[in-house]
Amino acid sequence: MTEYLGKVTEGSLSRGLMVRLEAPIEEVRAGRLVAIQGENRRFLGYISDVSLASLSPQLASAPPPSDPFLAQVLAGTGYYGQARVLPKLILGEPSALLEGPQPATAIPPHFSPVHEASQQDVELVYGREDKRRFVVGSPLDMEVKVCLDAPLFVQRSNGVFGKTGSGKTFFTRLLLINLIQKGEAVNLVFDMHGEYGWGRPTESGVEAKGLKQTAVASRVAVFALDREAAQRRRVSPDHIVEIGYEQIEPEDMGLLRQALNLTAIAAEATYTLTKRYRQGWLAKALSLTDEELKELNIPDMTYDNLRRGLDRLRRLPFLVEHPPEDSVGRILKALQEGTSVVLDFGRHSDLTTYVLVANVLTRRLHEIYQKLTDQAQAEGAPGPTPLVITIEEAHRFLAPEVAGQTIFGTIAREMRKYNVTLLVIDQRPSGIDPEVLSQLGTRVLFPLDDERDIEAALAGSQDRAELKNVLSRLPTQRHALILGHALPMPLAIQVEDVTSSQFLSKYGVPRAGEGRPRSKIGDLFPDE
Amino acid sequence: MSGPTTGDAGGKSAMEIAVKVGEVIEARTEEFQAESATLHQPPPLGSLIWVREGEIDIYAVTGSAATGSREPGRQAVALGQDEEELPQAYPQLSKLLRTTFVGLVVGYQEKGELRHYLPPRPVRLHNFVYLCPSEEAQRFTRSLDFLSLLAAQRQDEALGACLRLVSHVHPNAEAFLVGAGRELVPLLAGDVGRLHALLRRLRP
Ligand SMILES: Nc1ncnc2c1ncn2[C@@H]1O[C@H](COP(=O)(O)OP(=O)(O)O)[C@@H](O)[C@H]1O
Ligand SMILES: [Mg+2]
Repeated sequence: MTEYLGKVTEGSLSRGLMVRLEAPIEEVRAGRLVAIQGENRRFLGYISDVSLASLSPQLASAPPPSDPFLAQVLAGTGYYGQARVLPKLILGEPSALLEGPQPATAIPPHFSPVHEASQQDVELVYGREDKRRFVVGSPLDMEVKVCLDAPLFVQRSNGVFGKTGSGKTFFTRLLLINLIQKGEAVNLVFDMHGEYGWGRPTESGVEAKGLKQTAVASRVAVFALDREAAQRRRVSPDHIVEIGYEQIEPEDMGLLRQALNLTAIAAEATYTLTKRYRQGWLAKALSLTDEELKELNIPDMTYDNLRRGLDRLRRLPFLVEHPPEDSVGRILKALQEGTSVVLDFGRHSDLTTYVLVANVLTRRLHEIYQKLTDQAQAEGAPGPTPLVITIEEAHRFLAPEVAGQTIFGTIAREMRKYNVTLLVIDQRPSGIDPEVLSQLGTRVLFPLDDERDIEAALAGSQDRAELKNVLSRLPTQRHALILGHALPMPLAIQVEDVTSSQFLSKYGVPRAGEGRPRSKIGDLFPDE
Repeated sequence: MSGPTTGDAGGKSAMEIAVKVGEVIEARTEEFQAESATLHQPPPLGSLIWVREGEIDIYAVTGSAATGSREPGRQAVALGQDEEELPQAYPQLSKLLRTTFVGLVVGYQEKGELRHYLPPRPVRLHNFVYLCPSEEAQRFTRSLDFLSLLAAQRQDEALGACLRLVSHVHPNAEAFLVGAGRELVPLLAGDVGRLHALLRRLRP
């Protein structure tokens, strides 16, 4: 039997139902999933607010009860707790059995009893773990598992937001493992801090597993920008990525303007150069003669500024004039074979590199996906396997000033037209173009401090005020609010503990080369 | 215990052990005056009392009591005697004085069914008034709907005394008092001073 919380006393569909609490108020948290049993229907909703009430204004202004007997008598009668519950779904309608839960368009009558939702309710709404669905956590203050529908999830670009240290990366790992395992999508992960391929020690000292240390290891390749750094971390990348001059485009210069200290005119000049020299522009730009500059109508000062910027760019070791191997080709090949690629930035985790490489590679891949999709469509064949591109520090690519020009902005806006979607990870959603935010299908929101970030993270969602209340009061450890396309109703969850032995025995495999049976948990954590 | 016949039979056996405490001498629907069977010994304030009329039995809570001259308009005078010497010095005194008390009507029983509101008509004059036996008191106070009648008449002292007395016939006196207190909160939510004072009277 689930915990009894209280009775409905008043309220409305739009503003929520007031529930007079009989459960101890301190245990009733905003965000908790509750079921209301009406006469013929069962309603599911969540607590959006809790408040204290008095039976009369006189009681409200009276001094506190003077002794324990008075306190006992007045608790729950003269003074009581109230919860506001937003009804979201109707479960108990005859049609619901066939079509699943329906949006709540009615409310239960006065004095309907309110309980915490049951396991059955949660499973009815969020499904059980199966071929499509995977467990992401449990509803606030409940033991039951909540699932996300993988095919539904990858239909759109999605976002994971939260302040630094709130659990974004850990959650994204959980997502990636499952997306790979369910075979719903291949992934390209721009792994700025080297956290996805091989795990790094956590704050609590337990090592969190990277994708290469889990059950999906064989379907993941780690590419790196820097062999030395990778080897120092005892990581053996499958391929070292190099980028040719020809792959850099004016669009990239726009993104890197600040980092390279380029004036607007200098960044603009790169377009002039491309027009004239096509793909050879960068090599050429490094050695322009005075006459050429005059002919191109580029002032000396602008050229000096551009030169300095390009010199800085040239010093990046992975940027070579003619790379021996086409890295984009390698990535594409892996993806087409169903292998997800983690691009580990190693010691190059500075933003210039990250932004440049992610943008260059994504642009090329998108072009190719576009061709493949169009081709497949013309032939009536299925398109390429959906590709999910994971980017951390997403606001660098999707800020309002640049989202219009970068490939990431394009992908976010075109939804899934070319079978490419984004998994946007960021600690500052307010820095992302609102238009891009509005295109995100499913959002996973960890606690955010800044009011503007909370507003941005919830922009365009239903019941914003109520969700804001829930989000801004989430417990900080492993808690998130998930909402949007892949979910029948928003839900506050405690994310699975990915360092727990249950989780590791479900997803973990021994380290490469050890070859021990994977059922022995102790072997996953040899004492070091 | 709930059928009309058992209720009646239970009443009859209880009747045998019920203590007669007075006789009705004045009656209104809401309350009656009774003359106490014993001078100076009215039923205690708040005690549950009972007037049986055959068709219906009327339940009341003992309210204010008074002792004075039997003759209207005459007032007793000071006699200056010690209490022990008094009966000898004035043997006729007990004939001249009487004690009366008020019964605050709180419900009735008709065909074995208890009602916690006013009966259709007042009690009849000269009917005897009995102390409600514990079993009957417990049965009647299982519902506390009658509290609103007393609260409306501002009979807070009688009400508090009644609940204290009656609590002892319930298996868990403290739980009974807490429950009764909780019933009073909505009745007196608008007058916190009165509510607190009354609740303090209920403290076990
Ligand atoms: N699902 C989880 N299971 C176990 N520990 C977690 C989980 N999520 C977060 N943590 C803890 O919180 C810390 C920060 O999480 P992380 O994902 O790196 O935050 P972010 O990427 O938002 O900065 C981790 O190092 C880990 O100790
Ligand atoms: Mg992180």
